[in-house]
Amino acid sequence: MYLHSQLPPPFFNKYTSQLLLILFLYGFTPTRLYAQNGSEQAGLFSQPGILITIFLILIPLLAAILYLVVKANNVYYYLKSRKQAEEATRFAAYLKTLDAATLAQLQQEKYNLQYLNKPGQLTGNLPVWDEKGLLANINEHANIRFIETKRKALKRPNIDPALSRLIIWFLVTATFWLVFGTTIGEYLGIKLVAPDLDHASWLSFGRLRPVHTNAVFWGWSSLAMLGLGYYVVPRVGNVQIASLKLGWWTLYLVNASVVLGSLALMAGINNGGGEYREYIWPIQLLFALGLVLTLVNFLRTVARRTTKEIYVSNWYIVAAVIFAITIGVVAYVPNWQNGMGETIIQGYYMHQGVGMWFMLFTLGLVYYFLPQQLNKPIYSYSLGILAFWSQIFFYTLIGTHHFVFSAIPWSLQTVAIVGSAGMAIPVVSGTTNFLMTFRGSWHKVSGSYTLPFFIIGIIFYFTGSLQGTAEAFRYTNRLWHFTDFTIAHSHLTMYGIIAFFLWGGIYAIVPRLTAQEPPQLTVGIHFWMAFIGLMFYSIPLMLGGTLRGLLWLEGKPFIDSVVLMAPYWLWRAIGGSLMWVAHLIFAFNMYKMLVTHKKTRINGVAPERPEIPDYELVKMQ
Amino acid sequence: MDFFNDHRKLFLTATGLFFFLTFWVAIMPAIRNQNDNLPLPNAAQLTAEELAGKAVYVSHGCVACHTQQVRNIDMDKPFGKRPSVAADYAGNGRTDFWRNTATLMGTGRIGPDLTNIGNRQPSAEWNLLHLYQPRAVVKESVMPAYPFLFQVKQQVETGDVEINVPDEFRPAGPGKIVATKEARQLIAYLQALKQTELENPAVVPAFLYKREIKAADVPAGSTSEPGLDGVALYASNCQSCHQANGEGLKGAFPALKGSPIVLDDNPELLIDVIMNGYDPRPEFAAMPAVGKNSNLSAAEITAIINHERTSWGNKAREVPAAEVQQILDLLKKTASN
Repeated sequence: MYLHSQLPPPFFNKYTSQLLLILFLYGFTPTRLYAQNGSEQAGLFSQPGILITIFLILIPLLAAILYLVVKANNVYYYLKSRKQAEEATRFAAYLKTLDAATLAQLQQEKYNLQYLNKPGQLTGNLPVWDEKGLLANINEHANIRFIETKRKALKRPNIDPALSRLIIWFLVTATFWLVFGTTIGEYLGIKLVAPDLDHASWLSFGRLRPVHTNAVFWGWSSLAMLGLGYYVVPRVGNVQIASLKLGWWTLYLVNASVVLGSLALMAGINNGGGEYREYIWPIQLLFALGLVLTLVNFLRTVARRTTKEIYVSNWYIVAAVIFAITIGVVAYVPNWQNGMGETIIQGYYMHQGVGMWFMLFTLGLVYYFLPQQLNKPIYSYSLGILAFWSQIFFYTLIGTHHFVFSAIPWSLQTVAIVGSAGMAIPVVSGTTNFLMTFRGSWHKVSGSYTLPFFIIGIIFYFTGSLQGTAEAFRYTNRLWHFTDFTIAHSHLTMYGIIAFFLWGGIYAIVPRLTAQEPPQLTVGIHFWMAFIGLMFYSIPLMLGGTLRGLLWLEGKPFIDSVVLMAPYWLWRAIGGSLMWVAHLIFAFNMYKMLVTHKKTRINGVAPERPEIPDYELVKMQ
Repeated sequence: MDFFNDHRKLFLTATGLFFFLTFWVAIMPAIRNQNDNLPLPNAAQLTAEELAGKAVYVSHGCVACHTQQVRNIDMDKPFGKRPSVAADYAGNGRTDFWRNTATLMGTGRIGPDLTNIGNRQPSAEWNLLHLYQPRAVVKESVMPAYPFLFQVKQQVETGDVEINVPDEFRPAGPGKIVATKEARQLIAYLQALKQTELENPAVVPAFLYKREIKAADVPAGSTSEPGLDGVALYASNCQSCHQANGEGLKGAFPALKGSPIVLDDNPELLIDVIMNGYDPRPEFAAMPAVGKNSNLSAAEITAIINHERTSWGNKAREVPAAEVQQILDLLKKTASN
């Protein structure tokens, strides 16, 4: 009961498990798979990659089973209560056999046990006087509540308004790039369904695709991370940020990089085709310079901290900035980029970018925000440290798993596959740490509008990351590589993990910085549309990708596999639309949190106007 | 953990570990692969025009949907005669001061692999029309159309390449559709994408995970070899020009439905055309040597021609594989004479 009703929002248990069950059965029914493909049928279920995927799909199913157990338990209690009713009847019959004196004595005992104080009997009629301000967050509801009221952000010591302004600008520009980047993504998704939508060179698929990926990487995710980082890094060291000026320069440089990069890509100027490395070096250099300035800033802030230890958040965040700069240098220095060298570096770069920049930085943020939102310390500091070192050790190795079976040396491919399996260590320890931090606080989820974002992030951190491991095995790689399964995976992770954690963090701090809460209805709509949209986006792509891979394995004509994908591409466009609308709503929420409404704070203003001579007290409603 | 309460020690340790691993899994292997591999001795250098075409390919982001790598697994066999090896990419160096090396291996196949497209689809006419509007030749294609690489001209001048676009895909109004320089360069690049033969067959890597064909997959009474599906082979090798309905495209690719060559009781000319190509009629595009380019076996050719001879209302006799083998041997002999 405990786990079932409190763990994820109820949607996850009921709806997803059913949906996944249907898809699961659909994908693996004998008629679909076995009939045409005699040779693969024995192999499919003995493949570790497939088994891991099935296990991940089974998690929600297990939750459903748990639900069944709870229901069965209820039936048991119902039967038990009927038995008790019979017992009560027998007891009543027994009472009838008692004499009058015994009954009178029992009546008196019953009266004594049920004695209640009259109102005011002990307190008197004094008015309530909360001298020490112990009561806060009082909610009085006169009407029926359609939306559950969530806890407001707690009043905290004020943050330096100058730093607030910087953080907010990071988050505002991040929001812009989210809306921009996903508008492009949405358009690309529609183009796969309707390829003749436009015939402009600047809007053709091959040019827009990197615009989408780079804008959401360097624009949305990176800027949002940096903005939240500027809040967390000084806070956990209990100091002011070392330099606001360096922060502003980072903001300018990163934004300039994404603006110029997007324009260059649309004009057909790119670096030569490596994914996420499409910006030419002068443009990516702006981004790297921004990171260097922030690194200096963060290191100086950490150096002058007033705490003895460096809180684990800062381990992750500062390391992520150092690694991102390293990765960028390795990827853009031309000395080792000829022939196959380019591909080896590309594999390293694209995966370290994801794992050592986005994932590492965001984990650092979670180590701060999750305990903060739950108002309790992180479960285990040591697990956080284990995850940190094992992430560095294993993640660095796995880059070339994007080029399994390619002309890259077989030994390097094997190292990447082994490293991918090793990723289970940081992922499992991280997830355990987060879930154990939640333990005993699940009741806080229903009253908070930030915690659901963190829960989704944690779930996808576990399933999405291990899915990556499963994809790296040689059998699953043959089945899924080059198909849309990879696209689904990258969205489950970059969106399901990173974006959801970032939203959680943004909703946690912006109300503190601006003293304005977003409307809870629209936060809820944002959450659900983003989540449901992601499911509609990724599940059809995973299914379609699997079926497409099977067609290729069977040696069917390529065009058959394009025809096969049509309905799945349509579903992805539908899911993408939901996600896109969610981002518009998120932008609206940002607006509501930022823009001050022309509302006079009567309590604040009145004492400042003693010059008004006559006034009449207006009766407030 | 006092050691890690010193930020210098902590971040230097982490950075050191990351540098160390980066060096061993990325920089060192990259340098070794770059230095240990040379282009194959008989690999053709790209001409200036083909290089310009490669720049067009890069600029339009074709790599988003098309890979250029044949993996050493059986399922990649349709895309090349042999798996790609490191030497195939060794000729790629830095593009220019602004741009990195473009090996264009890619990470996704929304469209087919292009490693060997110069052999698989060498027809310039087909490629230009396909570039102008992919759905004019492949109805189900989701590839973007590139009409902005073409011009509408009233008069075709010398040096212009006109393409014959079916009416439903033409813009309204008079005029001839002519390829721009960029389009011609791009097609030249695609035509140059050919796998280099390895001189020593002993070093050709094998395709792994061969597909097993079960006897149960073969319909009873079939004359073709077990597991070969004429419809699928036709779709892979012939359909993009001659179309699924065998009717071809007016003014570009001739119909096979009712074609005297296809229906001829003696399949010699038909097999000759498939193996060695054909270009007797100016109104149609030249037929490439599909059979030779794709290394089609006698069994595969048997499956294809029997599909062509018995579909779309065609009613010729099915040719047994032995007869096809005989004709192939004969063709080989006449070629060598």
